Amino acid sequence: MSVNRREFLRLAGSAAAFGCAINFPLRAIAGEDSLIVNPPQTSGPLTAARWAMVVDFRKCREVDNCRDCIEACHLTHNVPRFDNPKDEIKWIWKEKFEGAFPDLEHEHLVHEVLEKPVLVLCNHCDNPPCVGVCPTKATWRRKDGIVMMDWHRCIGCRYCVAACPYGSRSFNWRDPRPFIKELRPEFPTRSRGVVEKCTFCEERLAKGLLPACVEACKHKALHFGDLENPDSEVRRILSENFTIRRKAGLGTKPQIYYIV
Amino acid sequence: MYDAGKILTGLIIFLAIITVPFWYNALISGQADYRPEPKLVTAEKQCVAPTDYMTAAHMDFLNQWRDSVVRRGIRTYTTFTGKEIEMSLTNTCMNCHSNKSDFCDKCHTFVGVSPYCWDCHLEPQEVRNVSK
Repeated sequence: MSVNRREFLRLAGSAAAFGCAINFPLRAIAGEDSLIVNPPQTSGPLTAARWAMVVDFRKCREVDNCRDCIEACHLTHNVPRFDNPKDEIKWIWKEKFEGAFPDLEHEHLVHEVLEKPVLVLCNHCDNPPCVGVCPTKATWRRKDGIVMMDWHRCIGCRYCVAACPYGSRSFNWRDPRPFIKELRPEFPTRSRGVVEKCTFCEERLAKGLLPACVEACKHKALHFGDLENPDSEVRRILSENFTIRRKAGLGTKPQIYYIV
Repeated sequence: MYDAGKILTGLIIFLAIITVPFWYNALISGQADYRPEPKLVTAEKQCVAPTDYMTAAHMDFLNQWRDSVVRRGIRTYTTFTGKEIEMSLTNTCMNCHSNKSDFCDKCHTFVGVSPYCWDCHLEPQEVRNVSK
C-alpha cells in the first residue's frame, strides 16, 4: 500500500480531529468531576478569596527568642525535629535578615534589623514556581491562594525544592516518625521520600480556626486574612504600614508581607 | 523416548513436591476454608456505606475521600443513611474501628497486601500506647 503525501496529511488531520472530539466526553467520564461527593458545608469553615499573612517584624524583634509560633505549628502538624541540619524539616522558621531579604541587605542597615532573625514560611505565591515544576500535580495553587500539597501524590523528585526561591520546602530524607516528639493523631505524619511545607493550616481553616502560628502568637505579630476583602484586618494593616515582601523581584508574587 | 520410566517418575515426584503447599492446606491443615474475621468493636450499628460495599470497595472509597478532602477541599460526607460525617481515616473510620490489628490487618495479612495508609496516618490507639 502506498500513501501519497496528500493522503497522509488528510489521514493525520482527521485522526487528530477525532482525538480532540472524543477527548471531552472521555474526560467527562473519567475526570475528577465524576466523583460522587457532597457540596461543601457552608457553616463553620473560614473562607477567603485570597488568603495572605502580615508578619509584624517590629514586634518579633522585641522578643527575638520567642518560638511560640514555630512550636505550635510543628506540634500541630507532626513536624519532626532532626539534629542534623541536612535532614531538617521546617514549615515556619527564623532566618537571618540577609538570608530572608538578600536584595535589601547592606552593611549600614539599622543595626537591630540586621541582627534579629526574621520569621519566614511558605509565601503562598500567586505565581508559585514550585507548582509549575511538579510533574505529578502533587502541589497546586488553590482558588483561595493557598499553595497546597497532596502528600499522597508526591514522588519525591524534589523539583519543587529546587524551584522555590525561599527554601520553604523540606524533603524527608529519613523516616520522620521516630523524630516527632509528640504525635498528634488528628494530623498525618509524612513518610520518607516526600516533600512537605506550610499549608496555611487549611485543615484548621476548614474547621473555622485560624492558622496555628497566628493563634499561638501572644504578641499579635502575625495577622491572617483575606486580601481581596477591603475591610479585612490584613488590608487595613497593609494600608497603614509600609510593608515589604521577600525577593519580590523574582516575580513569584509572594503573599507574606513584612512590616519592618 | 529414552528412559521414559525414569523421566516420568522424576516428573511425578517433582510435581508432587512443588504442589505440597496445596495438598498441605487442602488435606492436612484443615484450614482450606479459612476466612479472616475482622473484629467489630464499635457500638455503632451501621458503617458509612453498606457493609458488602465496604468489604469489597473500601480502598476505592477511601481514595475518593482522599481526593475529595485534599484536592477539592470537600470534607463532609453524607452517608447512605443520611448522616453527615467528616471524611477522615483517622478521625472517622478509626473512631469506630479502633482495633487496627484485629480489623484492618486481619484481612490485609491474609491476602498479603500491605497498604501504606499507616505510613503517614496515625492510628489513635497506637499513639495513646506510645505516649503511655
